[in-house]
Amino acid sequence: MSKAPDIYFKGSAEIERDGENRVLFDELELHIPANKITCLLGASGVGKSTILRLIAGLDTGAKFTGEITADDEKAIAPRIAYMAQGGELFPWLSVIDNVMLGAKLRGEKSDETRALDVIDKVGLTSHINKKPTKLSGGEQQRVSLARTLMEDRSIVLLDEPFSALDAKTRSEMQELAGDLLSNHTVLLVTHDPFEAARLGHFIQVMTPQGLEHVEAPKTSPVRADDDDETLACQGRLYRLLRGNAP
Amino acid sequence: MTKTLNALGSALLAILVWQAIVTGFSLPKFILPGPLLVAETMWKSRVIIFDNAIVTIAEVLIGLVLGAMLGAATAINLATSAFARIYIRPILVFSQAVPVFALAPILTLWLGYGIWSKIFMTVLIIYFPVASAFYDGLTRTPKAYLDLAKVMGANNNRLMWHVRIPAALPSLGSGLRLAAVYAPIGAVIGEWVGASKGLGYLMLLANGRAKIDLMFAALFVLAAFTVLLHALVDKGAKRMIKH
Repeated sequence: MSKAPDIYFKGSAEIERDGENRVLFDELELHIPANKITCLLGASGVGKSTILRLIAGLDTGAKFTGEITADDEKAIAPRIAYMAQGGELFPWLSVIDNVMLGAKLRGEKSDETRALDVIDKVGLTSHINKKPTKLSGGEQQRVSLARTLMEDRSIVLLDEPFSALDAKTRSEMQELAGDLLSNHTVLLVTHDPFEAARLGHFIQVMTPQGLEHVEAPKTSPVRADDDDETLACQGRLYRLLRGNAP
Repeated sequence: MTKTLNALGSALLAILVWQAIVTGFSLPKFILPGPLLVAETMWKSRVIIFDNAIVTIAEVLIGLVLGAMLGAATAINLATSAFARIYIRPILVFSQAVPVFALAPILTLWLGYGIWSKIFMTVLIIYFPVASAFYDGLTRTPKAYLDLAKVMGANNNRLMWHVRIPAALPSLGSGLRLAAVYAPIGAVIGEWVGASKGLGYLMLLANGRAKIDLMFAALFVLAAFTVLLHALVDKGAKRMIKH
């Protein structure tokens, strides 16, 4: 894997709704540092996924003016791995084939040894030949995570990856993802203040007024879920989301 | 198991009602023969029924395979090519306004009295349901799959082959199930217009000679084959999309 870059996002976006153009965000600047997890927190519909999708080069339905650059000035798109909320495992492929999907889609030779290694890291070795429907929600997200790691990309974009999981599984997945993605440039979009407080080296809260940087706890992620500072940070984030001063 | 028993029960009920009507109204056998007579005729004429059934079954199977392949290829072509969507699709949709049955005489004129005019009729009748169901599936690939494939750097051909087609197989399955029911209709219509073999031909012949029992016997064999074909295609479709 190549060295992880810093990413700079700068620009404005408008979306058309009911025949009118509405500003989604204006002159927004977001710095996503290398080898760190940046959490982008916000309520639904505020445009946080739009930012992630713009970086990923996916269509958003929004009109974007601005630029997205890396500090090494190389192209961003070929260095991205992307993981979304769920449902994006292919039900007709086994666990191992899902993990090796990227190579297949690019017409490259699949590295099975590495796939097995990645699957081992997420603890699913005994399930490699199962179809996703035979797995629990948490196991499916482990496969997704394994596939994301398998891509061996230095930039990882996570769009609400754990929001469909139950509390226990979500907590476990946060720990696993935090450990395995430590040397990547990670952007994690979430609506869960606790997730941001636990996982973020940097936390940005997105509101209709724009981005607000919130100091993350001093300890390094993944933070214990009963850590005082983490809980205090969670409280600040909740107040911000609800439109109260922190 | 319960399903099979229920089906048997309803078949038995239908036969009883049928017999009751025949007996109750004292219908002559050249109007409506009773189930017993039909069963007897089916056994007595088994050789002639079998000889004709083989021809119809061959027409249906060949037509089904060709029609399904042609329909699937069309769907993929429509899904990949904007040109095909703009210029070919309207023709396809319009062609559905033409009653395919009305074409049967022309097909016989063009392709002769042999099995090819019947196969072509079968192909015509199943082509559209297969193409349209599969095309529908191909255009409804879940957005999450497409997003993922795009970020992974898939080109259009691989996207089609590894993502869109597998994701659309359940739709193709629905199209094929419909096709399995329509295909025998196509073959029989072809035979009605002009043939010297086949169950459709046999029915017409029996009808003309007031051998209504034989006509019913042939009809039941055709229906049984259709049910069997549908079950087989259903099983195949389920296997194809087994997750």
